[in-house]
Amino acid sequence: MKTVYVDNNATTQVAPEVVEAMLPFFTERYGNASSMHSFGGGLIVDIRRARTQVADLIGARPDEILFTSGGTESDATAIHAALQSNPDKRHIVTTRVEHPAIKNLFEQYGQNGYRVTVVPVDGQGRLDQEALLKNLRDDTAIVSIMWANNETGVINPMDDLAREIHSRGILLHTDAVQAVGKLPIDVGRTDVDLLSMSAHKFHGPKGIGALYIRKGTKFRPMVVGGHQEAGRRAGTENVPGIVGMGKACELAGQHLEDVGTRVRRLRDKLEQALLQAVPRSMANGGQSDRLPNTSSIAFEYVEGEAILLLMNEHGICASSGSACTSGSLEPSHVLRAMGVPFTAAHGSIRYSLSHYTTEEEVDFIIAKMPAIIERLRQMSPFWKQAMEEAKAQA
Amino acid sequence: MWEYTDKVKEHFLNPRNVGAIENADGVGEVGSLACGDALTLYFKLDGDGRIQDAKFLTFGCASAIASSSALTEMIIGKTLEEAEKITNEDIADFLGDLPKEKMHCSVMGKEALDKAIAHYRGEAARAPEGNIVCECFGITDREIEKTIREHRLTSIEDVTGYLKAGGGCGKCHDNIQQIMDDVFGQPVRIQPQAKKMTNIQKIRLIEETLEREIKPALHQDGGDIELVDVDGVRVMVKLRGTCAGCSAAQVTLKNVVEAKLRELVTTDLVVEEVGA
Repeated sequence: MKTVYVDNNATTQVAPEVVEAMLPFFTERYGNASSMHSFGGGLIVDIRRARTQVADLIGARPDEILFTSGGTESDATAIHAALQSNPDKRHIVTTRVEHPAIKNLFEQYGQNGYRVTVVPVDGQGRLDQEALLKNLRDDTAIVSIMWANNETGVINPMDDLAREIHSRGILLHTDAVQAVGKLPIDVGRTDVDLLSMSAHKFHGPKGIGALYIRKGTKFRPMVVGGHQEAGRRAGTENVPGIVGMGKACELAGQHLEDVGTRVRRLRDKLEQALLQAVPRSMANGGQSDRLPNTSSIAFEYVEGEAILLLMNEHGICASSGSACTSGSLEPSHVLRAMGVPFTAAHGSIRYSLSHYTTEEEVDFIIAKMPAIIERLRQMSPFWKQAMEEAKAQA
Repeated sequence: MWEYTDKVKEHFLNPRNVGAIENADGVGEVGSLACGDALTLYFKLDGDGRIQDAKFLTFGCASAIASSSALTEMIIGKTLEEAEKITNEDIADFLGDLPKEKMHCSVMGKEALDKAIAHYRGEAARAPEGNIVCECFGITDREIEKTIREHRLTSIEDVTGYLKAGGGCGKCHDNIQQIMDDVFGQPVRIQPQAKKMTNIQKIRLIEETLEREIKPALHQDGGDIELVDVDGVRVMVKLRGTCAGCSAAQVTLKNVVEAKLRELVTTDLVVEEVGA
């Protein structure tokens, strides 16, 4: 059975060019970049090239890029640095729809004496900017707002937010893990201080990410030890990962146009076809500005895990906002923050496409989904109830 | 991804007895949309009082559908007296076991069966006392206050762990906090005991903790727990009875039981559930 992979917001296929670029650093060039001999020390050149490739993708300077182990570490490093550098400020602000890497981090700071403001979103996943600005105070250390949401793809207006937040002299961090490689990003234009990214979300390897730190931003390291990364993050450089991330950034820059046009058209085709073919379905955040590759569709009265497992029978890989897939009581906090009713939140499926997604794959999904939903609805007591109610009204 | 047995997968992909029975003799409905799973069970009796036909409609994950399918297979041909002896463990065993986090699916099946039998016999359902605070799981202020008081719960997460209250939409968190504040004025924390114990003392303390701290909360949900054995840091227990509603009660239960034992006995205990 062929795998149809539309779970690219979870992780992506490593680009063959990236694998190729990385391989020599596992075999003949295994040195330690901190060594005095050129066998190891010479790797500094490769790291420098990768740092430039990463910087170029987001319009930064190479010395503003810090390599980390991934998005989660970048997020934690950013917030740690901001709070350590501003010990008098005890208030932090974020949103209700953040990735757990920020959500749980802020909860932890909240338990450790920080005052935390969590800004709500509307039914389309759009940030309540008025509530955000109203809550900024003199002792607000940092605001962390994701650039684009992993579940719905909803994009935040980072330019406007950065302007407003900076006019109040407050630091702004953005978790741009889902945005990098899918949207053109230019930190020369968008005035964020700290920006997290992760290579495996755009066809790079897992276990490597970066934090952009605007020049002049006060910084304190979270991981201390050796002098690597200019003393900002200790630990022997993950040279294959760094080289792979550099290459992935270079490719992502080349593929941005494809993602913004062809992939967007495929996403729109998939979404419109499913909404049309399946009654009682809707696109979560569908009226908002969204990532071109992401579609979150709620199928009412059926449950996400069951949908995913039936999709799995056809080799289709996607994600769900259901509680049952995570073992928790509550469906996705993102969908709940948007006020998506339980009838729909439990049955929400996220399709996330990539540069490698083909039209045939999209057509295959369009052909298979309606029967999957119909089959589960025939078993659902709520569907029976809803149909009886609809009949009574007619 | 969950590790389902082949039998679970088979019953999920080819569920038996899907549908409703018009003019059923017994109908039992459990769960809700909020919880993420719900089951309606129908049965019809033949002239000898045996279950001639059983059907189900289920909203939920693969294991909920498989548990429902298994249940109908298990009860067809049985008298009500025979059917009501079926436990949730029997349903799980029929399917060759369920992941721990999914045991509530079998509990839901057992509950639907009990309700359908009660419905046939004309027995009234138990009405909860007090005013509903958590609408998602139908938990009242009286239940929440009693549990907070008995177990000295000091966080909303603890209340959710014991009662599921607050585990759904979260709208009632302020109300739960208010109830907690009214009970204590100030939050309190129980300090863990640090002294060294003999094995006998440890077992006794585990038993006491189960009796005093854990069982009352489980009884409220119609559930129970039995200490089977203690081996070093391993505490082996058996869970019994129902767990009302539909959520991941078994998981929560383990988390609550283990957390409580670690808090009040020793911090290294590991609670394990054992079969019959």
